[in-house]
Amino acid sequence: MIRLALIMLLWAAPVWAVQPDEILDDPALEERARELSQGLRCPVCRNESIDESNADLSRDLRILLRERLVAGDTDEAAVQFIVDRYGEYVLLRPDATGANRILWASGPAMLILALLIGFLVVRGRARATPVKDLNDDEQKRLDEILRS
Amino acid sequence: MITELGHFALILAFMVAIVQMVVPMVGAAKGWRNWMGVAEPAATVQFILVGFSFAALTWAFVTSDFSLKLVYENSHSAKPMLYKISGVWGNHEGSMLLWLLILTLFGACAAWFGGNLPETLQARVLSVQSAVGVAFFAFILFTSNPFLRLGVPPFDGQDLNPLLQDPGLAFHPPFLYLGYVGLSMSFSFAVAALIEGRVDAAWGRWVRPWTLAAWLFLTVGIAMGSWWAYYELGWGGFWFWDPVENASFMPWLIATALLHSAIVVEKREALKAWTVLLAILAFAFSLLGTFIVRSGVLTSVHAFANDPERGVFILMILVVFVGGAMTLFAARASKLESTGVFAPVSRESGLVLNNILLAVAALVVFVGTIWPLVAEMLFGRALSVGPPFFNAAFSPFMVLIAMAMPIGGMLAWKRGSIVKAARPLWPAVVLAIALCSLAFALQTGRSALGPIGVLLGAWVVGGAAIDLWTRAGRGAIAHRLGRLTRLPRADWGKAMAHAGMGITIFAVSGLIAWQQEDIRVAQIGDRFEVAGFEIELRSVERIEGPNYISTRAEMLAYRNGSLIADVFPEKRFYPVAAMPTTEAGIGNGILRDIYLVIGDPQDGGGWAVRTYIKPFANWIWGGALLMALGGLISLSDRRLRVAAGAAKTKTRTTRSVPAE
Repeated sequence: MIRLALIMLLWAAPVWAVQPDEILDDPALEERARELSQGLRCPVCRNESIDESNADLSRDLRILLRERLVAGDTDEAAVQFIVDRYGEYVLLRPDATGANRILWASGPAMLILALLIGFLVVRGRARATPVKDLNDDEQKRLDEILRS
Repeated sequence: MITELGHFALILAFMVAIVQMVVPMVGAAKGWRNWMGVAEPAATVQFILVGFSFAALTWAFVTSDFSLKLVYENSHSAKPMLYKISGVWGNHEGSMLLWLLILTLFGACAAWFGGNLPETLQARVLSVQSAVGVAFFAFILFTSNPFLRLGVPPFDGQDLNPLLQDPGLAFHPPFLYLGYVGLSMSFSFAVAALIEGRVDAAWGRWVRPWTLAAWLFLTVGIAMGSWWAYYELGWGGFWFWDPVENASFMPWLIATALLHSAIVVEKREALKAWTVLLAILAFAFSLLGTFIVRSGVLTSVHAFANDPERGVFILMILVVFVGGAMTLFAARASKLESTGVFAPVSRESGLVLNNILLAVAALVVFVGTIWPLVAEMLFGRALSVGPPFFNAAFSPFMVLIAMAMPIGGMLAWKRGSIVKAARPLWPAVVLAIALCSLAFALQTGRSALGPIGVLLGAWVVGGAAIDLWTRAGRGAIAHRLGRLTRLPRADWGKAMAHAGMGITIFAVSGLIAWQQEDIRVAQIGDRFEVAGFEIELRSVERIEGPNYISTRAEMLAYRNGSLIADVFPEKRFYPVAAMPTTEAGIGNGILRDIYLVIGDPQDGGGWAVRTYIKPFANWIWGGALLMALGGLISLSDRRLRVAAGAAKTKTRTTRSVPAE
């Protein structure tokens, strides 16, 4: 009896990512669907795209997305259709609007700033005069260490 | 009884840690040698006590003592022995005890092998190290005590998360922790140096091996985690830019930068303040990683145990230590005057560029990781930052690093010339362009990612080889080969680590660009073709494992009619935890993996079957292992053996133990 219950549980286990029956007949359309679904987050999972996720909701979303594409939506329109219903939370690639501009600009901005500071420091080093701050004893001790 | 002794040992260790935090620090300030002398034995005692405590907890897991709450919640009598043991750290409390064990181990190592450190510096290092320990002892004893008993012991446990019941993941946390916690040593050295008010070449030399050791453990730990994800999660992904992964990746990036800038401190007495700052940052990111994993503020696939209250405690530890160290840094940084002078084009500048790229890359990962939190709190937007963002924002840094690496590594110290450094590299350029064109010609109409990866990979690997070859000097080839074998190990380590980096860059882009996938329904006995391979689903059967039931298929792969792989993909179900897992069947190959997954039975008969052809998959981890091996070889270099001098000069103690 327990055995049977376990087997029942096994059968009820969630389905796995993209199922054969979801795949569209048109390979070009299917490829677009895969591409798009990799950029959409499963709303009930921890950190998975609907393409990888095993959740039922993800399956529904994958099918929904494909329906929109079959109906002739462009990529943007199909994604927007889902964003309208589930919020921008589902976008794994945050769009560069409003405050998100800070996010997208942070990398290049920090790099430029760091290069600038690095350049100033390096130039400063090149102009500095060498200072000897070790006294003779310390130099002796250092030589001893470096020899070992 | 043993459990209570373990608990008691942990409390005793807490007391010893408090003594070790205070007494040597006062001793160093006042110049009292006997007070400073407390540090060494205290560090040893701490390690022994925590070791005993850890052993006691392990004993409880091994004997399945379900009167212990932690064992009840994370173990099961039917679990294989390996996972009973790895279950010790497969949960929050146990993993914090492991964290402490490693922390005290590093402290004890600094006491054992630090014989030739200046007395005051060693006392301060051990004191700071112990202060970190005190914080974590308090954390574990007051918020996450692993030794709590249950009033009425149940018959059996609730089992460990099935995803963690895997050899790859059994050893992933210890390695990661060795890396995380190893960085506490660099932190202690940095803070001790700030208190002393001096950083010199000798300091750089003492810090480097600890950082190198931490870095190599971190490298292995991250590689293991990524390898585990590859074969366990069922579709061959190896990196998800998940908050928890980022939590281990940020310290790695900073530790890599620290490793390189410590070279400049040691050899050229420059970049001192920056190196100290990096050492503080590296540990700050380790603590942040612990906070992210343990608090669960950032939802993630593998936040296995989390609790906001504990998160607040770790956040406090983070604020106190990093805030304290930064304040100290602000007050003392001006004292750390650099004396080395170098031209804008020189090895030093090359390493500055390396540091800039790595540090900014780490910050980009940091911003991306916490952005959902910031956006929600400040702008009220619930959003996600996923792999597409990180791929776009992070990859350019890797491309820049790969481009600059071979040239930077060839530049002369103090004053160099790019032309001179680049001249011997022409074979690498030719090789890279040739292979890139070949890749471009072989693939038709796909993204440029693959050929670019080949270009960068060949350039970096070729550059590393040429660097080594140039070091062998001039003359007949036989002579140069002879000299190659006598080069310092650090040179070999550098070449290997750099080549490993090149291989990983190549493999990651190759895998992403050229992988093939096939999803279909197959009847038993069906043969179908995927990317030139023939795949056969031979049989599907139901089998019973020790603590799971499994649907196991036998699948065969043929190329040109000859059998190349015979694998058994499984879909397991763990009844106690009520969780399914996939075990992919992987036919490993040098040039490609054949990755087979069995899915659900279909209504019309047959099974859902997934086939992936993953080119160069193993090269990703091969490259990472090569990096770690390079670190290991470099660590074994005579020049880096901190204790070598101590054994010879016997400056302070007769108990000094050689570093090997």
